[in-house]
Amino acid sequence: MKRIVIHEEHCIGCRLCEVHCLVQHSSSRDVIKAYRRERALIMPRLIVEESGPLSFALQCRQCDEPSCLEACISGAMHRDERTGAVVCDESRCVGCWMCIMVCPAGAIRQNLLGTHIASKCDLCYGAEEPACVANCPNGALTYEDIPDQEEGAA
Amino acid sequence: MRIVIIGNSATAVGAIESIREHDQSAEITVISDEGPMIYSRPMLSHYLAGEIDRARLAYRPSDFWTRHNVAVIADDAVVSIDPVGHSVETNSGRVIGYDRLLIATGGQPIVPPLPGLDLDGVFTFTRQGDATQLSRFLEGVNSPRALVVGGGMIGIKATDSLWKRGAHVTMVELAPMILAAALDGPASEMVCRLLRENGVDVRTENTVTEIHGEDGRVRYATLKDASTVECDVVVFGIGVRPNSGLANAAGLKVNRGICVDEFMRSSNPHIYAAGDVAEAYDLVVDMNRTVAIWPNAYRQGAIAGAHMVGIERPDPGGVAMNTVEVMGVPAMSIGNGNAPEEGHDVLVRLDESANVYRRLVLREGRLVGAILVGEIDRAGIYTGLIRNRIDVGQQRQRLLDGHMSLLSTPEQYRKHVVRGAGIEV
Ligand SMILES: Cc1cc2nc3c(=O)[nH]c(=O)nc-3n(C[C@H](O)[C@H](O)[C@H](O)COP(=O)(O)OP(=O)(O)OC[C@H]3O[C@@H](n4cnc5c(N)ncnc54)[C@H](O)[C@@H]3O)c2cc1C
Ligand code: SF4
Ligand code: SF4
Repeated sequence: MKRIVIHEEHCIGCRLCEVHCLVQHSSSRDVIKAYRRERALIMPRLIVEESGPLSFALQCRQCDEPSCLEACISGAMHRDERTGAVVCDESRCVGCWMCIMVCPAGAIRQNLLGTHIASKCDLCYGAEEPACVANCPNGALTYEDIPDQEEGAA
Repeated sequence: MRIVIIGNSATAVGAIESIREHDQSAEITVISDEGPMIYSRPMLSHYLAGEIDRARLAYRPSDFWTRHNVAVIADDAVVSIDPVGHSVETNSGRVIGYDRLLIATGGQPIVPPLPGLDLDGVFTFTRQGDATQLSRFLEGVNSPRALVVGGGMIGIKATDSLWKRGAHVTMVELAPMILAAALDGPASEMVCRLLRENGVDVRTENTVTEIHGEDGRVRYATLKDASTVECDVVVFGIGVRPNSGLANAAGLKVNRGICVDEFMRSSNPHIYAAGDVAEAYDLVVDMNRTVAIWPNAYRQGAIAGAHMVGIERPDPGGVAMNTVEVMGVPAMSIGNGNAPEEGHDVLVRLDESANVYRRLVLREGRLVGAILVGEIDRAGIYTGLIRNRIDVGQQRQRLLDGHMSLLSTPEQYRKHVVRGAGIEV
């Protein structure tokens, strides 16, 4: 399946990916409107890790055997049948934070902006290229076909 | 191949999904003494609190059985296993043959024997039926008063839910502190203070000794210290004991739970056990033990299911963990979070006014446990470090400070996590 590959050596920590992730998940899909009116209600699905000169944008790693799936008590965390991506069905999530407790990448966060649910990358739901990848000016994120480890090893 | 699964919860779903990933032809029969709905037991607390309706208790959609080609026998209990004839018998007299059997019977709520248990208003809190009845019962009472017995995870969840439903709650716990199995002193005190500040009457080193009724309904309870508590309902949330009776009678090796190997095989090669009923490997304490949590149940079920159809996926072992939210403040316990200071390297950060507490436990440079109250974002990074036994001796202070980040973990490990599946490190 297609996965986001992180090239930390190219990341300059400009956070444009964060902006575009936010816009992508806004209802207006417009930078200005999203920032002016929806900022308080939406959060980016990725996390920019930063320490000194080092930075990179981190999204869900789309694990082969996702810990979040086995831990999710509601069944909200699931594999999208069409794309194979691990996504959270926000209408079923109860915000128990089991998934946050087990995700080794720390890729899931609490969304407490007027709600109480888990928030994670959804690979822009089958988009040709996720918004963060498409808008990284430095090529620090790429979208590549990477087989599951099991298949790859076979 | 005929596969029979006793129980239709997390373990059974894990098993079925993994069987069908590899094999479409095995005949699968599930037998459950509850209804056919696959519901989430942990969500019963959200249901009791009134946060979700009954339909949202569903863990898998109702077409799960047909889509996975599984025959379901609901509302019927297995009463015996014949390990020689390879069959199980149910309460209604059905006899069902198996080539492979999975015991996924979970646990049973612990209720100490005491006078008054037969009164209206006495409940346990582990099944959908319990929660539905309790919920209905509360609807018929004006400003209900509840007595919750047990200050462990289940008792706390029941307390928080009852409080959200507007009940006045008294909670009794036999130990000197609540959540003693999961938290250490300061974390437990923080949670206890939150409960008390919000009007919950927490009484430790105490328990119920008799429930008194009037016209068949609960009216008050007597406690160990001879005091009395007026109440309309008594909810037992002490915990669960593995449902291992069937296995015992069938001559399988059973300690506290059913003894299993890394493929969840019991002492009988045709019979598997997984989930709350099994005594499987715990990688933090480095021994087999029962740990009644959802992720273990699902994973162990999946391992058993795979093995039944010839796929060997040995269990790397579980990590005991749990999460609870009390008065809106989340608390987590991962691994050996409350290990004593002797023999461990313990790091602590406390901000009492903000209700934030963090305790990390290291042994020989490796993280073996964590307790987090208040700030829980990215807690899974700790779990990953524990699971992978990563040497974090160099990073120990950074792991405690500020916001958790992958950049606070060793570089090699970070690259391994970040690069993810299929990419060379
Ligand atoms: C209120 C509550 C809150 C919880 N919260 C959490 C949480 O937040 N996180 C977490 O990780 N865990 C939580 N747990 C624990 C979690 O629910 C269990 O670990 C999990 O349900 C275990 O799954 P299982 O399939 O092994 O067994 P169970 O879920 O116990 O299911 C076993 C099934 O088998 C049936 N059965 C038993 N004997 C027979 C028989 N002889 N014949 C037919 N059927 C039989 C039972 O009726 C039951 O339906 C919670 C538990 C409770 C009660
Ligand atoms: S959320 Fe975390 S555990 Fe789940 S698939 Fe993504 S990286 Fe893996
Ligand atoms: S927070 Fe939501 S998605 Fe995460 S485990 Fe709980 S119910 Fe599932």
